[in-house]
Amino acid sequence: MKPDSLKNRIIPVLTILISIVAVWYVAAYFMNAPFQRDLDRRAEVTSTTMEFIGKTMAQPKPILPAPHQVVSNVFENTFLRSVTSNRSLVYHAWVTLSSTVLGFTMGTLTGILIAVGIVHLKALDRSLMPWIIASQTVPILAVAPMVIVVLGAINITGLLPKALISTYLSFFPVAVGMVKGLRSPEIIQLDLMRTYYASGAQTFWKLRVPASIPFLFTSMKVAIAASLVGAIVGELPTGAVAGIGSKLLAAAYYSQTIDIWAALIAGSVLAALLVTIVGIIAKIVDRSMGGRPA
Amino acid sequence: MKRVLHSWQGTAALVLCLAALASLPLMAVDAPSPFGTGTVVLVLLMVAGAALVSFTKLSQPLLATILFVAAHLAVWLLLAGIAGNEGQATLAFFLLVAASWLLAWRCVSVLSGIRPKSQAGDTFLRLLIPAIFGAWILILWEAATRGAGIPFIILPPPSSIGARLASSVPILWADVQQTIFKAVLFGYVVGCASGFVVAIIADRIAFLRRGLLPIGNMVSALPIIGVAPIMVMWFGFDWQSKAAVVIIMTFFPMLVNTVAGLAASGAMERDLMRSYASDYWQTLIKLRLPAAMPFIFNALKINSTLALIGAIVAEFFGTPIVGMGFRISTEIGRMNVDMVWAEIAVAALIGSVFYGVVALGERATTFWHPSNRGG
Repeated sequence: MKPDSLKNRIIPVLTILISIVAVWYVAAYFMNAPFQRDLDRRAEVTSTTMEFIGKTMAQPKPILPAPHQVVSNVFENTFLRSVTSNRSLVYHAWVTLSSTVLGFTMGTLTGILIAVGIVHLKALDRSLMPWIIASQTVPILAVAPMVIVVLGAINITGLLPKALISTYLSFFPVAVGMVKGLRSPEIIQLDLMRTYYASGAQTFWKLRVPASIPFLFTSMKVAIAASLVGAIVGELPTGAVAGIGSKLLAAAYYSQTIDIWAALIAGSVLAALLVTIVGIIAKIVDRSMGGRPA
Repeated sequence: MKRVLHSWQGTAALVLCLAALASLPLMAVDAPSPFGTGTVVLVLLMVAGAALVSFTKLSQPLLATILFVAAHLAVWLLLAGIAGNEGQATLAFFLLVAASWLLAWRCVSVLSGIRPKSQAGDTFLRLLIPAIFGAWILILWEAATRGAGIPFIILPPPSSIGARLASSVPILWADVQQTIFKAVLFGYVVGCASGFVVAIIADRIAFLRRGLLPIGNMVSALPIIGVAPIMVMWFGFDWQSKAAVVIIMTFFPMLVNTVAGLAASGAMERDLMRSYASDYWQTLIKLRLPAAMPFIFNALKINSTLALIGAIVAEFFGTPIVGMGFRISTEIGRMNVDMVWAEIAVAALIGSVFYGVVALGERATTFWHPSNRGG
């Protein structure tokens, strides 16, 4: 770690984070205060200011839970419960993770296939590319419930329908990124391959594919975040069985605000982990391919 | 041999025609209104003829026209013949549909090879080729659903979706007004504007930029859509809660992209502005904002899709009895699948128009950028 990275990166980020938490506490007080005042009046309790502030931070179903309530809920549901329990966040995160990864894998493979087709077939390039872009203006997340219900009607249930939504969301960044990547070799490099009398396949495997790897990983980072969103939304209509999305929906029905926030945090941690893992793999692959540290 | 390779689609179409001939009739024996012999012969002749024509060395536009007419006329006759015979199509029917599809593919290949001299011709081709592709998705969809008799619940044919769309315009219009004109547009404008303003402030204060940028980058990867139930709880069931979700979803992409864009102008240009003794605001407005425009429009494009998704998904968590998300979730519960698809078609159309308007704005504003100059 360079000495100036502390001053230039960590301190500003920490400052902003701390101020967010501070604003959150203040907001929690003001949003929960009216209800608490109401409660106090009905119970005919008069409390000092400090007691009152303490009470606004300890409601069971607050309008805005205070950060420590969310943190303790996350901690309790992550570490103190058995992993197989229905209330464990680990269990729900695992369900979501499995469909995310399946959908991401299918989406990445589809995206790469489409990109290879587009780069090699001119007719495909001119007819398919506009539709790929148009496909993303379809709010597919809005269709997610229908995909789930319809596939459920023909007895395809469980992991696959959710994964299909993730696939749809994740193929696009990969396809676009790979088209760019496969076309990134310059004319001079392609000419060099010609002077080597390389066949089309050789040019593809020895020049185009290695050149596209950085593009692939950049788009995979976007794609895995998109797959996670797809998996979460795909869980909303499945009848609240399991997964972060169903946890969100169930908590929303019963106004369990703390649970909603805890599920959100779980989803965010999952997203950050997945993106980091892809980033680490990208670094390893880059190094093993002889990339120099920038 | 060379010519066979030249049009493998034509060869394949001929083979399919022969196979179809061997497995006639087109409909099951007990179909209520089978194809007339004349129609069958006409379709076969048209497909086979066009396939043979594709081997000749005709001029490209003429060849493309012949293929276009033959493929679409043949498939139109085939589709018209299904009426009353749903689910009775035999292998021969699908072979002929596939053969016409191959002809259309050949047509697209020929069209992509044409280098038009005029600007108008180029634009025409640019629109025609994707249009043929899109039309064939619908045609194959229609042929598959009606020919094979796929249950309506699973996948309704495009024609009945179209009919539903036409017959329920007032409902769809009310939904569009609720979701798009109230929630999406308001949220989009406020979200993008506030993201932009915060980006300018962050640009002024380096400390804020260093702190906000990593956080903003991370938040962009988070499933923000999950705040929808919280917003519904805070702002009630009406459009305000949906607008709030849209604001949160569009804020961070705008922030991150604008900050990146403001760093895009080169050191040389900034030095030039310094030598002109221009102050911060002059440099910002005359140099750095124009240079940031491609980035800002990138964010506007990303946000146009996000805004639609945010508003519709937020409606799943509770709405008044109008709105696109509401309609989708209730009609699917009543198994009115064609209504859901009609709603999706409308959403896709609006999404494309929204994206198109932003893209046109980008062309007008960043005409100087290399990607827009004779690219």
